[in-house]
Amino acid sequence: MGAGSNSKRPAAVIGVGQTHHRAKREDVSMAGLCREAMDRALADAQMTLDEVDAIVVGKAPDLFEGVMMPELYLAEALGAAGKPLLRVHTAGSVGGSTAIVASSLVQSGVHKKVLTVSFEKQSESNAMWALSVPVPFVMPVHAGAGGYFAPHVRSYIRRSGAPTHIGAIVAAKDRTNALNNPYAHLREKKTVDDVLASQMLWDPIRYEETCPSSDGACALVIADEDVARSSPNPAWIHGTVMRSEPTTAAERDQVNPQAGRDAAAALWKQAGITNPIEEIDAAEVYVPFSWFEPMWLENLGFAGEGEGWKLTESGETAMGGRIPFNASGGVLSSNPIGASGMLRFGEAALQVRGAAGDHQVDGARRALGHAYGGGSQFFAMWVVGADKPSN
Amino acid sequence: MRDVAVVGFAQRQLQDYDGSPQCAEMLVPLFADCYEQTGWTKKDIGFWCSGSSDYLAGRSFSFVSAIDAIGVLPPVNESHVEMDAAWALYEAWLKIQTGEVDTALVFGFGKASAGVLRRTLALQLDPYTMTPLWPDTVSIAALQARLGLDAGLWDEAAMAEVVNRSLTDAEKNEFAVRSGGSSVEELLKRPMFADPLRKHDAAPVTDGAAAIVLAAGDRAREVRDRPAWITGLSHFTDGLHLGTRDLTRSASAGRAGAAAGASAGGLTDVEVAELHAPFSHQELILRAELGLGTDARINPSGGALGGNPMFTGGGIRIGEAARRIWDGSADKTLGHATSGPALQQNLVCVMSSEGASN
Repeated sequence: MGAGSNSKRPAAVIGVGQTHHRAKREDVSMAGLCREAMDRALADAQMTLDEVDAIVVGKAPDLFEGVMMPELYLAEALGAAGKPLLRVHTAGSVGGSTAIVASSLVQSGVHKKVLTVSFEKQSESNAMWALSVPVPFVMPVHAGAGGYFAPHVRSYIRRSGAPTHIGAIVAAKDRTNALNNPYAHLREKKTVDDVLASQMLWDPIRYEETCPSSDGACALVIADEDVARSSPNPAWIHGTVMRSEPTTAAERDQVNPQAGRDAAAALWKQAGITNPIEEIDAAEVYVPFSWFEPMWLENLGFAGEGEGWKLTESGETAMGGRIPFNASGGVLSSNPIGASGMLRFGEAALQVRGAAGDHQVDGARRALGHAYGGGSQFFAMWVVGADKPSN
Repeated sequence: MRDVAVVGFAQRQLQDYDGSPQCAEMLVPLFADCYEQTGWTKKDIGFWCSGSSDYLAGRSFSFVSAIDAIGVLPPVNESHVEMDAAWALYEAWLKIQTGEVDTALVFGFGKASAGVLRRTLALQLDPYTMTPLWPDTVSIAALQARLGLDAGLWDEAAMAEVVNRSLTDAEKNEFAVRSGGSSVEELLKRPMFADPLRKHDAAPVTDGAAAIVLAAGDRAREVRDRPAWITGLSHFTDGLHLGTRDLTRSASAGRAGAAAGASAGGLTDVEVAELHAPFSHQELILRAELGLGTDARINPSGGALGGNPMFTGGGIRIGEAARRIWDGSADKTLGHATSGPALQQNLVCVMSSEGASN
């Protein structure tokens, strides 16, 4: 890939907003849902919609709501009329990709103040139907996302020799973390035993190890250096990366995908990080099924291959551990698909801004936001920091 | 800003693509064509970005299988917009502007013939108040044309002139799915389709795909003697609601034109403009909004009336405008893309044989 010239301008997150996530938000339209997140992000940034230069919208498939390119209908409600409007769609990673595209509007020097919003209002339509349309020449899985990923989890357990309760540790941790996040969809105390006692859905994935299906939205205000400097607590963007690989290929490793490994390597390099577990203080990582925590610990380079589950088992990914994963409760507690990646990116920003409230990781200075999508094939990540990057 | 140019362009336009609706197969030869034009391979491409639509494909994640057309491993730096490929080009241009990469391959694809396009596009409207009424694309465009006629902004002969010129030019375009000029008189004798539109006033339903290569600075010069340097690239949107905007205008097109022309001495000296006007009267609106000179050559490819593959039609306009720079037939050209009902969203890409910033 081209080395490029070093013309990237500094950019920072100065506003974060999200909705209260629920299975059905019958009190708001799609526009109302987006505005709930946007208005909170703008208030956080102490900015009005009029001041925003451009709007970037992200969401997963249009069939989830039954509207073709809903950003067209939303243009007025999002304050985009009279402004540039971009719509990103990169499957489950889209919330992260959308934040990255929005940051590139600033880092390229084209705009100074960009508002980005991502959402999913699955209750408007039938998400299961939307994912089940038969495709010619492609073998149907007919098993839902859990059915697709269960063999990967089984393969991970076999390869790493992980004890089979590791997934339950993750689920209990994230659900309990969510009790400290007033916006989370599932807010209930769970123990490892509770999780292990829940029904097996797709062996080895149990009911309590799966994410909910949520209505929700997330919005960020991303600004250039001059604007960010007057913000009390900007989250400076230290690195952004996207990588994709095809769904199926004989040589693909779907347990530890190369796209994820390549993305992490490029991200750490951009952010000047040589030892991620020592240098990253908080990680918001896309874990829709609990076993993806140990898998991504390895894929991201926080642990060696086959070693990720040991960090989880020893409590190092819990609050107060060496690398707290999903202090917000993560995707396991709220999953408005199109917004989920941006929630990870936004929660990472909240951590380094010291604005995460009851789920704040003490003294977090650098945090990871991570999203993945498709058949573990699309990856989007960023590192944000309390300090302006020196590179 | 970095100097970035369009240096590669390949396309297919078909009345009816007989095969896989995901169009991935159609992309493979287009990428090969781009590699041949540039002398590059997959590893020379710093960023990939595509534009397509799940609703057109009738299923979710329709862009996923397009990755297969790029190749297998190693993974690529890649993104996707649920928009016309012209906006994918915009995202790629931004990526090059950040300095992260020097090159990008942008593509778009769509198979409009798989459904009833004008009904599918009705799903772009407000789902709570408008979509349940199922106003289709052609009817909405007819309302727009009627408003202009009644306001005296254009007449039916002016619309027929656009059609006649476009379909005459389309005869020389091997990719056009409809061509054959006639005369204004003869065109006006044909029956109404959606009053005041006749069938020839509306772009034909078209399947297709296209790929465009962008490169910065010396990487562009290594490919072309005359790269099509992008001197202005801008896009804006208007609100969707038909009752709240003047449909005889396109404010967003005007804004995009002004912003894209601002750094390049305006648009009056554009020699060739490829305008994405799926309806004849929309070309008349765009010409006025963009402030093009009276001697600007409009749509020498035949434009969207000769073929309008969804989610590629705008990208193709940019590719066609770039080709006029490469072959020396023009020094300053413009490619335009539109999206949404009645010219809601517009993008303008101004290109020159000389770079802007150095």
